[in-house]
Amino acid sequence: MMEQCSYPSIFIYGHRATGKSHVIHTLLKELELPYATVSCVECVSVGLLFEQVLLPLFGSDSASLLSRSPSLSDFVRVYKQLCVQASAKQTRYIVLDRAELLRDMEANLLPAFLRLQELVEDNVTVILLSEIVWDKFRPNTGCFEPLLLHFPDYSKGELQQILSEDSHPSYSPELYSAFINILLGVFYSVCRDLRELRHLAALNFSKFIEPLEQGKVKESDTHKLWRNIEPHLKKAMQTVYLREVSSVQWEQQLQMEEKEAGAVRGLSAHAHVELPYYSKFLLIAAYLASYNPARTDKRFFLKHHGKIKNTNFLKKNEKPPPQISSLGTLQLLNQVGHDDQLDAPKYKCAVSLDFILAISRTVSFDMVKYLYDFL
Amino acid sequence: EMTSSVSKGCFVFKPSAKKRRKTPTVEDYFTRGCEDTENSKLRFRNCQTLWEKMNADTELLQDELNRKILDSLLAFIRKSVSTFQRGTDDWVSRMRAHEIPTAALVLGVNVPDHDMTFQCLSDQLQQSVTPFVVSVQATECAALNHMLQRVLERLMGTSVSVDNEEEPEQCSTNVNQKRVHCSLITLCNWYKTVTKVCTASSTARKKRTSVGKDMQQHPPIVVIFKDLEAFNPKVLQDFILICSRYVEQLPLMFVFGIATSPSTIQHMLPHSVSSLLGIELFQSLSCTQHLASVIDKVILTSQFPFKPNGKVLQVLVSIFLYHDFSVRNFIKGLQLALLEHFHSQPLSVLCCKKEAALVHATELSHRDVERLQQLPSFMRYVEEQGPQEQVELLTSVDHVKEVCQKLLKDLCKYHKNYYTTLRCLHILTASLPKYPLGKQIRELHISCLEKNVWENDEYACTLLEMKKSRRTKKMSQFEILRDQALEFIDSLVRSHLAPPESQPLYEVCYYSSSAVLRRHLNATPRTSIQTALSNPYHYLKNEDLRAEDGTVSNAAPDICIVYKLHLECGRLINLTLISLHLPNDLFWKPSEICLGTSIVTCFHKLNRNMCIARFIQAVSELEFLGFIKSTKQKTDHVSRLTWGGC
Repeated sequence: MMEQCSYPSIFIYGHRATGKSHVIHTLLKELELPYATVSCVECVSVGLLFEQVLLPLFGSDSASLLSRSPSLSDFVRVYKQLCVQASAKQTRYIVLDRAELLRDMEANLLPAFLRLQELVEDNVTVILLSEIVWDKFRPNTGCFEPLLLHFPDYSKGELQQILSEDSHPSYSPELYSAFINILLGVFYSVCRDLRELRHLAALNFSKFIEPLEQGKVKESDTHKLWRNIEPHLKKAMQTVYLREVSSVQWEQQLQMEEKEAGAVRGLSAHAHVELPYYSKFLLIAAYLASYNPARTDKRFFLKHHGKIKNTNFLKKNEKPPPQISSLGTLQLLNQVGHDDQLDAPKYKCAVSLDFILAISRTVSFDMVKYLYDFL
Repeated sequence: EMTSSVSKGCFVFKPSAKKRRKTPTVEDYFTRGCEDTENSKLRFRNCQTLWEKMNADTELLQDELNRKILDSLLAFIRKSVSTFQRGTDDWVSRMRAHEIPTAALVLGVNVPDHDMTFQCLSDQLQQSVTPFVVSVQATECAALNHMLQRVLERLMGTSVSVDNEEEPEQCSTNVNQKRVHCSLITLCNWYKTVTKVCTASSTARKKRTSVGKDMQQHPPIVVIFKDLEAFNPKVLQDFILICSRYVEQLPLMFVFGIATSPSTIQHMLPHSVSSLLGIELFQSLSCTQHLASVIDKVILTSQFPFKPNGKVLQVLVSIFLYHDFSVRNFIKGLQLALLEHFHSQPLSVLCCKKEAALVHATELSHRDVERLQQLPSFMRYVEEQGPQEQVELLTSVDHVKEVCQKLLKDLCKYHKNYYTTLRCLHILTASLPKYPLGKQIRELHISCLEKNVWENDEYACTLLEMKKSRRTKKMSQFEILRDQALEFIDSLVRSHLAPPESQPLYEVCYYSSSAVLRRHLNATPRTSIQTALSNPYHYLKNEDLRAEDGTVSNAAPDICIVYKLHLECGRLINLTLISLHLPNDLFWKPSEICLGTSIVTCFHKLNRNMCIARFIQAVSELEFLGFIKSTKQKTDHVSRLTWGGC
């Protein structure tokens, strides 16, 4: 791989936390190869991408050679220029992480990177990392086919092995391994993400070894340890895994005694929104209009308006001001259809049934009578 | 000579400085429209003093109410900083993910009020925690590069370039500013330089006593997202992804300003992004509670001489409850009522602190004394007096002034008693089931303002409910005492909670034109447009336009004529058919022709093409106003957008 010309481009794909960038970066560091790594999400402009490629490969002065708004040909020209000054003894590597974002940038960027070796006449290989398969990348106009490498998900055994490597320094590796086993038993069905599992292991290990610390059990009593930790892990799945509560709050909760710990209400428990009176009716009407079939509208809406006229508070000269745009800003109504249809904006109600039922209860409007699906 | 030139042109002559008129001040505007300019300056000053006090009090209240939530927010930020400082010493810190501490601040749907809260938060953070605080709004962050640019520019104070933008013509004012790249790497480098400088000079600086050593060395960078729901989710997600890559080098912290509920975070951010944040929830005071505190401070007190009457208060409260939940708009409505009162009521010169009012009473002009005598409440007072007294009151100006002073003192006493009794009654009845007299004290206050509260059915029921006793013949000690207490309170209510209309000179302090207020605050532009179109004389006041019974004269603007035409049509209007049958004298305009030295007005018929052209122009104006709209259902047709009594 070092002195010969290597394959111009490699495409590596796999799910989150399957070790793609970890393996690549470890390899490049261990073998002390010259490389530049760029995460495409940071590159709000193409110039930034080019700069971040040139800086690690050619030093801090190289970026100044680029013009203010460099195009691809500028980049190629500068690269060639810099190559002349610092010719490559080994293959240079350019690692592009989150490469799927290249598809949204200028159309010539992706094909160019795939055959950069040819364009700059230098011994360089471009490695693309992505979670999306190559079939979704291939441009319509065709391109150079890179070498495809797939990183499959870890199996349960592999996860066990990897996670057990980072055992806690104060405890035996076997104990930690048992802990990981229990953790995987609870979480493997919902989560295979290595990073997330490691995070959960870190948060919950202290609770796991609590009975050991307190001297209640011995290391070999795995069953007792399991009984202690399993309900907490199940609760963790409902709360900290879903980020209903933050990790810090979770740690605090674990430290508190059972009796003291009140339930920390998760984020989604606070779904109540206080709305002004007319906004509530507007939202109800929008919900009815969005979710009832169009032909039933006449039947429901005439009755609906009749109901409003019967109540006393809508006086004749008082008209509710247009609040549709503010409901849109609150994401309770979504705009549907083209932006350029200014004369006929279409909206759709974006709230759930539970939410709208709660609201209709606060204004004493029996909503269920008007919902087509419930008749 | 100054206007001679080779080509035709337009020449501007600015007025010379000497001739330039003095720009009118607010006071001039106020006094210009006043009935009586003699005391209008005094009224203006009263008005201003009262408004400044009201403003200061409500701002103080806002600060106090915000304090609790700001304190907990500051505590959270300080705690997060120390977590950052802990570093990777222990095993847990090495293993766990580095999340960005995030405070989810739920503020409520009254978005206009949030600006003040965020300003307050920003200021407090900059004073006591860190100088690196930046606020962003959704409107400025339509794309990722804009967002990064705003954040970087506001933090670093230099201008940040985004490559694909054109270089502006003028350079920035500060010549030392360089243009830097729009990326977080720049921010990292800047942060390192700035904190090195800080550490070097921290020994010299002994000011910050409340900030820990950690924070002096590594002050956190706080990014406040003022209106989270309005942000483009993709932009937000990308921003968080970028920031989390630098979380070890930059101590970043986020504050999300949420209007609806915290579950909006889960709607906007997928799990892969929200797992990069450590989110904790902070709820602020509900806006109805805030309103209750404001009303308590500004209206239910004898400290403020100005008072809105029942209907006016009802208008303001219903706008709050039905439309926008905005306390700021409520206060603006009160300010409008204040201004209207002082502007329209000449006797409001007496509406100020008691001592000053007594002095002004002695200085009333003859015209003002007449006005006083004509006040309905004063006339009622006169009728209740003996014949001797009545004669004096109607004839002697000095006596009227003396009596006025006495009545003003009585009014003050009335208010002191009223509010105390009101609060007693509220506490007594607020916890009853089904809230017969209202759950909030403002509801009770409004019913007391409108009529004698003891005549209310609910009041009688309330007393009865509280007097409920067991059906034993002998009443227990407690029940006897209870009945006595209730009778005492009932007597207090009857003597002190009479509505203000029962007090002479109440018009001085109470503003009662709720219709005027409603017209200003609940504007209906559609009604104005329709009036203008169907009856142009109403606004233009041109005699040629005067027309009876809903017809419109041919001299009216074209759009009025076409508007009337369209009202007679059905849902779909056939434009071609109408334009074929337009009478030539449908639109005519008087025009002035210069014949020699005299100017002659004549009306002329339009030719066919001109008529059709004007018709089409008027139709497009009508479309612009939103009355009709082009439709695909039939060619050459337009559809009506409004119905019925237009």
